[in-house]
Parts: sequence; C-alpha cells; structure tokens
Amino acid sequence: MPANRFNGHTDHGIGIGLRVPHYAHILEKKPVVGWFEIISENFMVDGGRPLEILDRILEQYHVVQHGVSMYFGSADKPDRAHLRKLKELVRRTHTPWISDHLCWGSVDGTYSHDLLPMPYTFAAARRTAEKIRQVRDYLGIPVCVENVSSYAEFHASEMTEWEFLSEVVEGADCGILLDVNNIYVSSKNHGFNPYDYLNGVPAERVGQIHIAGHTKFEKYILDTHDHPVLDPVWRLYDHATRRCGVTATLLEWDDRIPSFDEVHAEALKAGKFIAAARKASR
Amino acid sequence: MKTARAQASAVRRPSRVGSTAELRAFQRTMLRALIQPLGPDDGPQERGVDGRPMAEVAASFIKPNARLDSLERLEIYHRMYWWRLIDCVVEDCPGLAALLGNDALDRLVRAYLAKYPSRSFTLRNLCSRLPRFIAEEPRWTAPRSAPALDVARFEWAQTVAYDAEERPLLGPAEIAGVPPARLRLTLQPHLSLLALGCTADEFVYSVRRRSALRAEASNAPEAPGRGRRQTRRPPAPGRKRVCVAVFRVKGNLRHLRLEPAAFRILEAIRAGLPLERAIAAGGRVKPGQIEDWFAMWMKLGWFCRSP
Repeated sequence: MPANRFNGHTDHGIGIGLRVPHYAHILEKKPVVGWFEIISENFMVDGGRPLEILDRILEQYHVVQHGVSMYFGSADKPDRAHLRKLKELVRRTHTPWISDHLCWGSVDGTYSHDLLPMPYTFAAARRTAEKIRQVRDYLGIPVCVENVSSYAEFHASEMTEWEFLSEVVEGADCGILLDVNNIYVSSKNHGFNPYDYLNGVPAERVGQIHIAGHTKFEKYILDTHDHPVLDPVWRLYDHATRRCGVTATLLEWDDRIPSFDEVHAEALKAGKFIAAARKASR
Repeated sequence: MKTARAQASAVRRPSRVGSTAELRAFQRTMLRALIQPLGPDDGPQERGVDGRPMAEVAASFIKPNARLDSLERLEIYHRMYWWRLIDCVVEDCPGLAALLGNDALDRLVRAYLAKYPSRSFTLRNLCSRLPRFIAEEPRWTAPRSAPALDVARFEWAQTVAYDAEERPLLGPAEIAGVPPARLRLTLQPHLSLLALGCTADEFVYSVRRRSALRAEASNAPEAPGRGRRQTRRPPAPGRKRVCVAVFRVKGNLRHLRLEPAAFRILEAIRAGLPLERAIAAGGRVKPGQIEDWFAMWMKLGWFCRSP
C-alpha cells in the first residue's frame, strides 16, 4: 500500500522535516531527498522570508504539509481564518495530503499550543470525525490524523487509544499518520503493549509514518524529537512497515538539530526495513 | 436547553464525556488548570482557580498510574505549557531580555501570559499584546518601564516586518491625474511607524550584534530554552524622541529614522487622509523636501495598491 487514497496515491519514500538550520545547506547543495515535510503554521503567513524560502524549496522538492494546531479534537468549531490560510498554503505547495494530530489544544478561542490527549469516548470520536470531515471537504485533499504521545489518561475514557483512533478514522473516512515513536512513548507511559496498538489500527488507512527520538526520565518518557531513533522504535517501524506496506516515512528532529547530513542519514536507515518489507511481500 | 445547575454540574464532573458539551466542559477544566500560573519552583499551585486543592482537581479527571499520581501527570503538561510559551516570548524579544535581565523578563512574561493567554493558532502572534501589557502594568518592568515599552514595540514591529504581506507596488500611472485633494495612498502592511521616547532601535540592533558576535566567537550558539546564561546587561537606550519606520526590503528587515514632519505625513497617510491633507499634517518643511521624501518612499516600495 505505498500509494493509497489517503496520501493522494503518491509514493514519496523517505523524507525529513524541513527545519530552519538546514535552509542554507538545502538551497546551496540541493541534496537528493525523497520529500520534505513542513510545519504548515510556519508558512501560514502573508509574506516575507518564510514564503520566499518555501517557494525555492518547492522548485526542487516534493513538500507535504503537517499541521500542529488544527486541533481536530477540540470541541470548538474549526477556525475559519485558520482554514482560509491553510487552504492558501495548500494551493501554494500542492501538497498531496495534509496531516494534523488526533488531539485537542484550544477551547473558547484560547490556545495551549500543545498536543493534548483526548478522552477516548464515543462522543469525542464522533465530534472529532465530524471536524476532520469538515476540514477535508473545505481543503479538498486527503487528511491523515496522527496519534500523539501522551503523559496522562482520563477517567472518562471508554476505550483504548487505538480503538479511539480507529473509531475516528472510520467515522471521518480519513487516513492515519502513524507515529511509531509516539506509540512507543505512550506505551511506556501507560503500560500497554505497543504491538497491540499496531495490530489494532486499520492498516489500509495508513498514509504516512513518522519516526523520531525520545528522552527517558525516571518516571516517564518524553517525546522530545532531539535524538536519533532508538532501537525499540525501529523494531516497531519494522513491524508497521510489514503490516501496512511500504509507506511514506518521515523522520522528525526538532530540537538540538544536528547537521543536515546527520539527520538525513538517520532517516535513510528506514530504507533497510523498507527493503525487508518489500522482500517479505513478494 | 440545559439549566444553569446542569451546566455547573457538567463543569464540575469532567470525568464523563458523553456529548460535545461535556467534551467542552472537560477541555475547559484541563485548560484552566494548564494556564494557571506555575507555583513555587515551577511546581503545582496548591489550589485551582475554583478554590479546590489542585490534587483534587487533577484526580477528578486524570487517572494515576503506578509511578505518577494524577497531579504529577497534570504537572507534566502544566510545566510544558508555561516553559514553551515563556521560551517563545523570550526568543522573540532579545532586546527586552537585554534591557531587563533574564529573571525580570521571566517574571514579566509569566504575568503577561497569565493576563493575556494566546488567542491565536500561531505562536507568531504571541507577543502582539506585550506592548499593551507593559503599558497597562508598568510594575513588571520598573524602573525601566518607558524604554521597555519602546523596545517591546520595536521588536513586535520587527515580527510584523518579517512576514506581513507585501502588496503590489503602486505605479506612477495609477495615481497620475488624481488631484492631491482626492488621492489616498496605502502603505505596505509590513511597514510600522513608531514614535519612540528612546533609541530602542539602536539598542535592539546592538543587542543582536553582540549576541551574533558572541555566538561566532564561541562557535556554540546559545540553545533557546530554559537555562539561558545570564549575561551582563548593556546600558539602557538613551532618552531621545525618535521616529522610526520598521519594514522589509527584498526579504531583509530594515529600519529607518524619520524626521518628525515625515513621520506625521506617513501617519496621516496611514490614517486614510487624502495626500493634500497628509502633507499639510507634516507642517512646514524645507523646499523640495516633500518631493525627496516621496521619491525615497516610492523607491523603498512603501506605497502599495489598496486591498
């Protein structure tokens, strides 16, 4: 399933997140990269340097948009101004799909700027699915929702996280951006088996996979995106790739960002698992 | 329609989320807990905004696990909320940090965000109300409140100049033949006009130069985020009335000192006055000065088509 209706029937391979410290290197050296993922909000501006850089990147590379503030799970209606700006950017980038998180982060117009976990209830799933459909219909391109890492669970929850994710994506008829690092982080923080999670999501809806590094603290694990991918996460990625098929894969590295070459080399390690998955599927 | 008692009950029992209304109540409860200021040593507050012990608030909707109780789990998010937003403001305001020192800036930002939590989906707008807050509550910046206000205004103008819209330029043909009494010009959205009581522009640029030199010398740029080094504060900007334009040229941030008469003319243009009245607002100037100014402003691309 490398190409499916949730990723616009594309087969982008391995990409990395486009980050400011790498701009000069990318524009000057023009390295061969499968694709770049941009944080939509960084470019939802009216002009200036961000859009100039983006336009130069678009001349050379495939770009896919990833958002951090649509908050599909917030009870509030989608913000119209936000949607308009997002649509302008979609027209500019020609992104084949967009992704954002299965979370909430604002209420009554006040923003936390965090990816807050949902209470896993049927009512919340219905509301979230409804918002995803509204956003997809407005933008006119496929939407993938990403599972977040979390540090809290709620009394209100009526199901597991992967059941909730399935309930939402089936209700919205949308795709999944499966973040295997987030699954690992949450499995450690909440004590579930990450393979139960992987086996529990509708594999045919996975349009993209995220990999990243995390940091272990004494009592919990934090999703810091400031390390190489750790072995248990690669093992989960291997399993996900065998189960979902070879899928567009993106390495996130957002803090203490090393050189472009180091980040790219880390991302390309995914190639080994992709090759194994291809071989297994023959 | 729900009765007031039923609504209050939904707010108090965020442990059930069986409807969108209950989802909203749940989210209000959690967000209220997150945006409440951090307690001593960045730990939890003893009580929530409704007066209940914070531990009770957390336990009402968050499950404990074997390693963390409900409040500890809530505190992970609580601290992340505050540290992320504080770091974001500090990163956007190196001039204020240099003027006030890191500790005073930290106190200012906490007070600011407590009064004005973010109302925008983008962190880009986080500092938009900081100048207003400094003017409203000068105690957080005393005894440097006046320069702090000017530095905050200048730094916000730089944010605007960085990524605000640049509209198509106004060509001479588009205004030819329109009498000055009827001609209304439009200024670029990325251009800010500031009347300052101190040399905040020079101050901010000297701070940026110093930090660039420091980073170059050590080859170890200071990581944004917690644990920033406390550096010696530069002298405060000199008291002097200056008029400044902050804008963008070919993607680069620029600022330009303006003569008071030029500033008044541009302000009048921005206020929507016809050209003739805008020029009159400038007062008496040297012969030929108006023409020189307008030629320069045209060259800098300050006049644009109306939206």
